[in-house]
Amino acid sequence: MAAATAAAALPVSGFAQTGTLVTKPIPSSGEALPVIGLGTWITFNVGNDPQARAGCTEVMRHFFARGGRLIDSSPMYGSSQPVIGHGLQALGRTRDVFSAEKIWTSSGARGPEQIEASRRHWAVPRFDLMQVHNLLSWQEHLPKLQQMKADGRLRYVGITTSEGRRHGEFEAIMRDHDLDFIQVTYNLLDRAAERRILPLARERGIAVLANRPFREGPLIDRLKRHPLPPWAAEIDCANWAQFALKFIVSHPAVTCAIPATTSVAHVEENMGAAYGRMPDEAMRRRMIAHVEAL
Amino acid sequence: MTEWWTYRLSDFLLFSPQTYYRLFELYNAAIWPMQVPALAAGLGILALLRRGGAAPGRTTGVLLGLGWLWTAWVYHRGWYAPINWAADYYAIGFAAQGALLLLSAAWPGRLAVASGLKRARTGWGIVVFAIVAHAMLPLLLGRPVLQAEVFGIAPDPTATATLGALLAMHLIRWELLVLPLLWCVITSLTLWTMDSPEAFVMPVIALLAILQAVRGKA
Repeated sequence: MAAATAAAALPVSGFAQTGTLVTKPIPSSGEALPVIGLGTWITFNVGNDPQARAGCTEVMRHFFARGGRLIDSSPMYGSSQPVIGHGLQALGRTRDVFSAEKIWTSSGARGPEQIEASRRHWAVPRFDLMQVHNLLSWQEHLPKLQQMKADGRLRYVGITTSEGRRHGEFEAIMRDHDLDFIQVTYNLLDRAAERRILPLARERGIAVLANRPFREGPLIDRLKRHPLPPWAAEIDCANWAQFALKFIVSHPAVTCAIPATTSVAHVEENMGAAYGRMPDEAMRRRMIAHVEAL
Repeated sequence: MTEWWTYRLSDFLLFSPQTYYRLFELYNAAIWPMQVPALAAGLGILALLRRGGAAPGRTTGVLLGLGWLWTAWVYHRGWYAPINWAADYYAIGFAAQGALLLLSAAWPGRLAVASGLKRARTGWGIVVFAIVAHAMLPLLLGRPVLQAEVFGIAPDPTATATLGALLAMHLIRWELLVLPLLWCVITSLTLWTMDSPEAFVMPVIALLAILQAVRGKA
């Protein structure tokens, strides 16, 4: 299950919980990764609005302060990349962030150019993880990404999909290619990945990033209409966000969930899921039954 | 794109409603006082459409064309593109519409105002809405007035004013109606996906314009 490291939690406003940060190892390297990351879809696409950019920087400040490391983005996400870069530079975190990016172009030839443009936006020396976004032209991109990894210009290579799309092709790539990471949709209600993708990831030693943990908001909005069950305290959940995230990251194959937010209060809630007790299999089944009955 | 049927409209919305409306606020502040000549041009178009004739039609075409070109370059390329990569394509469409309007204005007899027709009166009403009421929508919907979308410098009122003005012309020029109608579809889908209360405005005006245009000389 989850390995625990002794990363000290910094005191932050409105959140008293301290303790050990829960991490999981990336199977291909053993490197420990905190189980909660930060997504940027929609939330960080704020353009050149200085006020909103400052808000995103605050979200990142609290994310890092609570022990977060992995931030995920894509060239498809509008201005998210320069907004991340702005925040990383303001916080002095360009070298220790775990940068998870994507390649999103149908042209294999334009791939390296796009990666370099993304890197300049992030202002990082190199990306930790580069993923083929939604399998777009993966046949052309994957060999180039593997070569970049061999040359030391990337640390990890992966592929992504969302909402259960193209799982058949996804599985075939997982079987036939050397991948460090996959990214799929997985949450309390969207569990199609449990059938084949997640077991295959364990079998092949591939780390898993779980996207859309709250179905981009509607899932958490729905849960918040109901009281948190008292037994959620048994797994140290203080709110629904932690309930939903702990369910995801307690799956043995899942390495990290990547909720997105523009709210400091929400990033605090989300990061709380990286601390305390995690559900076991019986508790996970109870969580599913409870949420499906709401 | 494979499995396209599994995608929802919201999968293509790259930004939040807050970011979208705040964009207009920042844009308006940055280009101030361009709103003044833009509104003056809009009021000028209203006056020209009341007068009727060839020269008012051509001047209207020039003013509309300049609005489309400004919106292509300054709004779409400069402001919308950072949060929506599709805006670069929108800019091309707006520039094409601007060029078409200027070419039509330069071509004698292509644009002549026929103020006596019933559809011309409807068109005049649409232009009034585009220039006056559209800018007031934020106030009506409880948003800051600084988020106003102004004719000639913002895409939606520029498109609807163009539809209205073209209805007031002696002959319906369908080639000039296509891109404004297409923009009505694009923007209404964006607003609808954002659950914006004004999402119905553009489709209603577009439908009204189509109905009036197909009636021809009525």
